[in-house]
Amino acid sequence: MTNSWNDIKNADVILVMGGNAAEAHPCGFKWVTEAKSNNGAKLVVVDPRFTRSAAVADLYAPLRPGTDIAFLMGVINYLLKNDKIHRDYVKAFTNASFLVKEGYKFEDGLFTGYDAAKRDYTNKSDWEYQFDEQGMAKVDDSMSSPNAVMSLLKAHAARYTPEMVERICGTPKDKFLKVCELIASTANGERTMTSMYALGWTQHTTGAQNIRCMAMIQLLLGNMGMPGGGVNALRGHANVQGITDLALLSTSTPGYLVLPNERETTFADYIKSRAFKPIRPGQTSFWQNYQKFWVSQQKAFFGAAATADNGWAYDYLPKFAAPYDTLKIVDAMAAGEMNGLFCQGLNIMLAAPQKDKTRAGLGKLKWLVVVDPLETETARFWENHGEFNNVDPKSIQTEVFQLPTSVYVEEEGSFTNSSRVIQWHWKAAEGPGESRSDIDIVAGLYSRLKAKYAKDGGAFPDPVLNLTWSYTNPASPAPAEVLKEINGYVLQNVTDPADPTKVLLRAGQQLPSFVAMTADGKTAAGCWIYTGVYTDAGNMSMRRDASDPTGKGVHPNWGFSWPANRRVLYNRASSDVNGKPWSERKKYVFWNGARWTGADVPDYGPTVAPDKSVGPFIMNPEGVGRLSTRAIMREGPFPEHYEPMDAFLENPLHPKVSVSPVARIFAADAKSFGKPDKFPIVATTYRLTEHFHYWTKSVHGNSVLQPELFVEMGERLAKAKGIQNGEWVEISSQRGTIKAKACVTKRIRPIMVNGKPCDVIGLPIHYGFVGVARKGYATNTITPFVGDASVNTPEYKAFLVDVKKTSAPAASAMA
Amino acid sequence: MAVTRRQFMKVSAAGLAASSVGALGFTGAGDALAAGVRPYKLERATETRNTCPYCSVSCGVIVYSLGDKSKNAKASVIHIEGDPDHPVSRGTLCPRGAASLDYVHSPLRLKYPMHRKAGSDKFERVTWDFALERIVTLMKEDRDKNFVAKNRDGVTVNRWLTTGFFATSAQTNEAGYLTYKLMRGLGMVAIETQARI
Amino acid sequence: MATLQSLDIRRRSASTEAPPQVRQGSLEVAKLIDVSKCIGCKACQAACLAWNDLVEPVGTFEGSYDNPPDLTPTSWTVMKFTEYEKGDDLEWLIRKDGCMHCDDPGCLKACPAPGAIVQYTNGIVDFVSENCIGCGYCVKGCPFNVPRISKVDRKAYKCTLCVDRVAVGQAPACAKACPTQAIYFGSKDDMIDHAEKRIIDLKSRGFAKAGLYDPPGVGGTHVMYVLHHADQPSLYAGLPDDPRISPMVGFWKGVMKPISLAAIAFAGVFGFLHYVTKGPNEVSESDQRKGDDLAGRKGT
Repeated sequence: MTNSWNDIKNADVILVMGGNAAEAHPCGFKWVTEAKSNNGAKLVVVDPRFTRSAAVADLYAPLRPGTDIAFLMGVINYLLKNDKIHRDYVKAFTNASFLVKEGYKFEDGLFTGYDAAKRDYTNKSDWEYQFDEQGMAKVDDSMSSPNAVMSLLKAHAARYTPEMVERICGTPKDKFLKVCELIASTANGERTMTSMYALGWTQHTTGAQNIRCMAMIQLLLGNMGMPGGGVNALRGHANVQGITDLALLSTSTPGYLVLPNERETTFADYIKSRAFKPIRPGQTSFWQNYQKFWVSQQKAFFGAAATADNGWAYDYLPKFAAPYDTLKIVDAMAAGEMNGLFCQGLNIMLAAPQKDKTRAGLGKLKWLVVVDPLETETARFWENHGEFNNVDPKSIQTEVFQLPTSVYVEEEGSFTNSSRVIQWHWKAAEGPGESRSDIDIVAGLYSRLKAKYAKDGGAFPDPVLNLTWSYTNPASPAPAEVLKEINGYVLQNVTDPADPTKVLLRAGQQLPSFVAMTADGKTAAGCWIYTGVYTDAGNMSMRRDASDPTGKGVHPNWGFSWPANRRVLYNRASSDVNGKPWSERKKYVFWNGARWTGADVPDYGPTVAPDKSVGPFIMNPEGVGRLSTRAIMREGPFPEHYEPMDAFLENPLHPKVSVSPVARIFAADAKSFGKPDKFPIVATTYRLTEHFHYWTKSVHGNSVLQPELFVEMGERLAKAKGIQNGEWVEISSQRGTIKAKACVTKRIRPIMVNGKPCDVIGLPIHYGFVGVARKGYATNTITPFVGDASVNTPEYKAFLVDVKKTSAPAASAMA
Repeated sequence: MAVTRRQFMKVSAAGLAASSVGALGFTGAGDALAAGVRPYKLERATETRNTCPYCSVSCGVIVYSLGDKSKNAKASVIHIEGDPDHPVSRGTLCPRGAASLDYVHSPLRLKYPMHRKAGSDKFERVTWDFALERIVTLMKEDRDKNFVAKNRDGVTVNRWLTTGFFATSAQTNEAGYLTYKLMRGLGMVAIETQARI
Repeated sequence: MATLQSLDIRRRSASTEAPPQVRQGSLEVAKLIDVSKCIGCKACQAACLAWNDLVEPVGTFEGSYDNPPDLTPTSWTVMKFTEYEKGDDLEWLIRKDGCMHCDDPGCLKACPAPGAIVQYTNGIVDFVSENCIGCGYCVKGCPFNVPRISKVDRKAYKCTLCVDRVAVGQAPACAKACPTQAIYFGSKDDMIDHAEKRIIDLKSRGFAKAGLYDPPGVGGTHVMYVLHHADQPSLYAGLPDDPRISPMVGFWKGVMKPISLAAIAFAGVFGFLHYVTKGPNEVSESDQRKGDDLAGRKGT
């Protein structure tokens, strides 16, 4: 989230699209009802289904799954055509005025530089800005030059007329225009709109670009950095934000630094391409500090073994050739390329698409270690559960371990919530039986590995032998000690460059902020964005002062919000170029003549005067927000509508390039996509408020509230197929077949797409063959194994199926 | 008032058989079981501040446990309720959080390390020592055999691709950090979490 | 069971003895259920089960989000979902069902077991299980079809408005949990004030008939609803448009009691002795069926 849960109360319009906040995040959604009842806010819900969020919405509009970009580009077209943008903001704070290279083109669904054989854009140079001799990007303040980003965007969006939106999305034109009007009502600095999204936008082959679209809309409206504005990803697990921050992702290192790839043979190569220099006069480009963060991180990992001479232990980290994201790992497993796998609290059997592929992959492993507090399908993938998991244990040679862990009430430590607030929690009881904490299990692996490598040697033992592990109790490191390391500390005195007798930081002290880090190995910090969470003043994540001094929903002394305890990102943009709030109503961070002040920690140099013309988006080398993403994203500089891989129709915009030309497709799955002649119904998957992923089917109370897998379908489809409410239905895709009980509803309404009726069904994801809820089929049996081009997220939200009436699964399986 | 005969019969037969006892002088039995409000069950339970483990709204919860943390009372969680001070959740909980006591005490909680041998149709209980020793042996075996120190171009890459780690997003930052440090230190590239999926 | 007599009793079922009448000044409480804010998340159901240590069996999916499909002896509140088509628009009306805590409680009036149903001065109507004889009269007397008789112990159960929480100054578990303040708890006066504000907001959003449901036919209730369509309560999964105590209850009080006392005294004694000797724990299938028939239930 760029903003915070509490900040939603400041919104005037709330757009819930690409998510179902009431269903998935009820307690965060409270700030929506708060905005409605106390701020007169209007709630707009756009979703294929009339959801629980829609139940309390002022305006609901349906759309066909997988057509969000068409809808949102339609909104952009509306805003530009009707001049409903916040002009001063757009001009000063976005790259609308930047000039793009002359060679840039978009034709027949493709941007320049596409290589069909490689299914990739191999030459993206024409997507870049024009630069002058000093390396500064050229701009045209009128934004009207034919190659200005604004002109290119206008041309790109012009195709998405309300009629085209209706044709692609199935959203009735009048509903679409009503949504546009409400959105446009915030293009003024007086009113703001917030966007709340989740997996409904990410789980598409066009996922990253869905979110880009909203970022662009919010920039055009001037809603970034504003109270009640922003683009807010409502994240899943209690600590998925923290675990992402700490980089448990294939090609990252903590704090969104990047794991070196094999083309970056030396540290010098690596750092060269990371320290982004400003590309506009006067800009700061915060990433110039990259080296300080990276060196400090290596010092935290490898201590004295990381030296200037060895490029700060550059070779201790793996250099990747290709990312090993979830889909790739499962694909490699299924191809027999992997021998071992840990599944720590991640039930991959149900979490990855195309369950049979995952199960086959698990069966090809030599060993599997499941670390979990609960029984899972993954731990028991080798066990026969009738038609739900029809396997022969004898034929499966994988050695499996199941290690019991404690849960949140049985351990202490910190979680980071969706709005980046790090909060400590305390232990209330011991876990059952011999369960152990995740920390103790990792520590157990570490101490044994280290002993073996010290004694017997082996492949490159250096990083293991030199890993810092100086905790008071190495077998069970205290979480507080680990958080101190994540925050960072000073290894050697840091002195003032102007006066070496003046000690700025003492050896042994905790780092007060990431600004204090050095690139010469004198500081160590595990994750730079977390610096400030555990200073010499103590553990800030333990703070529990609930006060909100300004009444803007900023609780500065509750926990610690990274970065630097800031609650709303880019908040300098809440004031105009002169540092004056855009409006009294939305006054947030402003220039008081001497410094930036206001409700929040300024996202800006605290004393950098407005006349220095430093842009508010200090993480970007251009200092402004991007309407065009230059050559940064894989799919192109602007979002474009492509059909889901299981395509319901030929893309009306460019039939020859119907689906994403760069979606992540694995060779083994080339034939696994469905066509509408055989599978004429569009399916989407979703979460239910009563359940959490695959845990709560093992929780009695939640199983009472939603006991069994069902399939939601509209009355038209049910009637056509002769299916009555509560009857068993078979749902088949190109990849498999499942059974679920029918939930015939008015909430999935008939829509017309490109002149033909389109039926949509919905399937919850929560059930399997383990649990106290009713046993059943796993929904991911039928979902497609294909990833988003930029971030490789699977396309769970739009695929093709057929349905028919059937009989109940065999009683033996359900027992 | 319209009372059919059928209703009349039901009334007289159903209720009065037992209910007349009051009027017949048996009220004493009822009085002995006097009208009493169920005592507030959390009166002296120990309160511990925690964070709901499910979604990333991360509501504050108060965990109520048996005993007062004295040596001879084994703490067991008896109730979980919203933390009224929490700025985001303000004491509220969703159906997952409100039922989370059932998660803590789920009959499907694992208690002991288990091991399934190749081709077996069952898990067998093992000790932590056995499990960790065996896992580490398998890890080292695989790493030593398949570690790639240099790629085909002779570039030092120091990577281990044949073992992967799916990490939980329900663990603490501290646990996640240590997991990362160790697995990356081993040269593992295939590290992933729910963030992707 | 220990008694924590922190609340004062206003009325007691089937009792000639009046409860002490001096302390009548306690605050009247109410729970306001704002249907227009309800997202149907069932947090209230989960919180109710957890607080009251209720174990509802895992059911099956029966064609809608209503789970369990109706109130049971162990589910004292359930969400009722109604898909309402209004012209081109759809509304998903979600109502939390459960005891309304009537000011003039039909259950209490119908109850023949002394002290099995009490009404406290704060307005809460509570079942005192120890005194309940499982006759099912409360079911008949309730205009909202709320009490349920347990097959396990043949006692009637329903929402207590978390009397054990309210007695120590806490809000009911469901109200505290509710993520969107669709359930609000406080003094009845405050709740009516709050409802008025909500109704103004709803009218501004096009719900011209928004209003408060506090039905006078039962003397008003201590659980009230804000409805977007207050002119049609029955839209909300059959919420009674104008609930009144069943005529049978008045009949019992007026005519039946003296006649029956004389006529079926023996049966009454026998029934009571059976209860005290055999205990309330087990009820045979046929007894249960008989009881259900007698109480006019289709089964729980």
